[in-house]
Amino acid sequence: MHSVVVENLRKQYKENVAVDDASFKVNEGETFGLIGPDGSGKTSIFRMLATLLVPDGGEAHVCGWDVVKNYKEIRKSVGYMPGTFSLYQDLTVEENLHFFATIFNTTITENYSLIKDIYVQLEPFKNRRSGNLSGGMKQKLALCCALIHRPEVLFLDEPTTGVDTVSRKEFWEMLKKLKKEGITILVSTPYMDEATLCERIGLIQKGRLLSIDPPQVIIEKYPKALYAIKSHNMIELLSALRELPLIGSVHSFGEHHHITIVDRTLTLLDIRATLEKELPYPFQIDKIEPSVEDCFIQLMEK
Amino acid sequence: MRKEFYHVFRDNKTLLLLFGLPVAQIVLFGFALTNEIKNSKIVVADHARDEVSFQIIEKLSASRYFEIESTLLNNAEIEEYFKRGDIKLAVVFPNKLQQELSSDHVSQIQVIADATDPNTASTLTSYVSSIINDYQQDLNISLGFPVQIVPEVRMLYNPNLKGTTNFVPGVMALVLLLVCVLMTSVSIVKEKEKGTMELLLVSPMQPFVIIISKAIPYFFLSLINLTVIVIMSVFLLGMPLKGSVVLLYTMSSIFILCALSLGLLISNSTNSQQAAMLISLMGMMLPTVLFSGFMFPLENMPLPLQWFANIVPSKWYYNMVKAIMIKGVGITAIWKEATILMGMTIVLLIISFKKFKIRMS
Repeated sequence: MHSVVVENLRKQYKENVAVDDASFKVNEGETFGLIGPDGSGKTSIFRMLATLLVPDGGEAHVCGWDVVKNYKEIRKSVGYMPGTFSLYQDLTVEENLHFFATIFNTTITENYSLIKDIYVQLEPFKNRRSGNLSGGMKQKLALCCALIHRPEVLFLDEPTTGVDTVSRKEFWEMLKKLKKEGITILVSTPYMDEATLCERIGLIQKGRLLSIDPPQVIIEKYPKALYAIKSHNMIELLSALRELPLIGSVHSFGEHHHITIVDRTLTLLDIRATLEKELPYPFQIDKIEPSVEDCFIQLMEK
Repeated sequence: MRKEFYHVFRDNKTLLLLFGLPVAQIVLFGFALTNEIKNSKIVVADHARDEVSFQIIEKLSASRYFEIESTLLNNAEIEEYFKRGDIKLAVVFPNKLQQELSSDHVSQIQVIADATDPNTASTLTSYVSSIINDYQQDLNISLGFPVQIVPEVRMLYNPNLKGTTNFVPGVMALVLLLVCVLMTSVSIVKEKEKGTMELLLVSPMQPFVIIISKAIPYFFLSLINLTVIVIMSVFLLGMPLKGSVVLLYTMSSIFILCALSLGLLISNSTNSQQAAMLISLMGMMLPTVLFSGFMFPLENMPLPLQWFANIVPSKWYYNMVKAIMIKGVGITAIWKEATILMGMTIVLLIISFKKFKIRMS
């Protein structure tokens, strides 16, 4: 049984195609991640699934309901957390929660068990206006509000954007707990490192889904050998590497450059020997396991 | 500096304001809004039916200031005309006008004006007086002996010509409109801007519940506002409140509803608080000031503008408040205004419910 079914979904803003023929399915109880850079159409997909936008083509079903025809039923059974903080900044933490409980015809106590772990962290600030909370706290409150009616499906649009690393980690811990409660979670993020925390991920670029697989499978499918190279002058190294016919692609990744080698039969030693001839300065090279980001870049270049 | 020009030219609303406003104002103030009064409807009660009264009536109707609605005889009928607001002025000729003039060389003509709008009333009575004066001079020459026709002026409803009577109902219309239209439109657009509307829409809440719950606080706030204005104008400014308070509040409630639905309509069609505020101010405040008859008499405006004034809800409300508070009329005298306002409200409410977007645009 699929909680979310998206078939050939299209969305266009004038000439701008935001979502182009996107199709994917999310199983019941699954945590599915939509991974892609800004402007890749993640938010448009979320809004269409949350019945806020009407698709220009294709179909989408949430909990078996059509997003256009049965929007009322969907609105009863999903929790949606938009990308921007969308609670009432002039209401306190408690008032916000109470308000969202009321509009979903429920009470805080009814589903308190679900949000308890998150809410205890917010409790010390319950009389503070939500506008004065820290970024991480705001997201936790927004999650509480989205969960207050015990939704079957949870849509989280970039919940960790602009949140510090510690809070991000905590946030993902919470999602793990929600998964145990059987809630289907569709989450989007521009951070590739969060991708491995999902059961399956869809890599999205310019409104098109590049691949849909568990993160491990995506990494295993990486077709080339990948090496990380480092030297004292990284900028010069980058342009030097790009000149070499031996090398397939070069990308800057923090303090290393990730390179792929055209000829797969070459070993690390072969490569090091060849490069030593070409590069006039010392460098350090190692074979590495590809990350989701490497996979994403590789898929993008295809 | 180039950047500043870009700012101005890329913002269509500012541009419209910048160039549209002066043009609109020149046209309005130049052509439409004069304090001169033309073609006022009056009635004449001719008890004399002699040569003198006929000649005066002739002169009155020949002048471009007046339009004689009818010539009746009955005082009660005149009263009825005034209450309905059909006429601004009545001229009553005494029984034996010509006889008195030839025997006593002096007679009086009663000039009754509706002074709920004191400016118009005094202007109109002075027109009548000068016409009578002119006629009197002609008569002196033709008769060969001096006679005196004294216009006896009566200011109906507002004998002291207090400006308050004009100004309070206008302020009431303005304040209610300001609170209701501006506040409701801004409050809904604010939710759109902050993104909270996104969440409200995704909730199972019915759109009309969202709208109604937005409007209710402003409805009550406006009623409080209304009470404060009424109390202040009655006790502080000496404004009469002759009609029924219940009727006043009922009519005000209809007007408030009308304004609220206008506010909702504006908020449905705009996406920023600024735009909502601009439209409310430009689209509501100005017409209220200009076209309700509270600053400038509607009668002198060119016909297209008079037609336009008919779609301004505040015009009808303003007329009703004046009628209720100053003339003390009941529902029978203002049912026309009430029905129109009610119709407008229903139409606006239906449109704004229909236009409320259940999704994001």
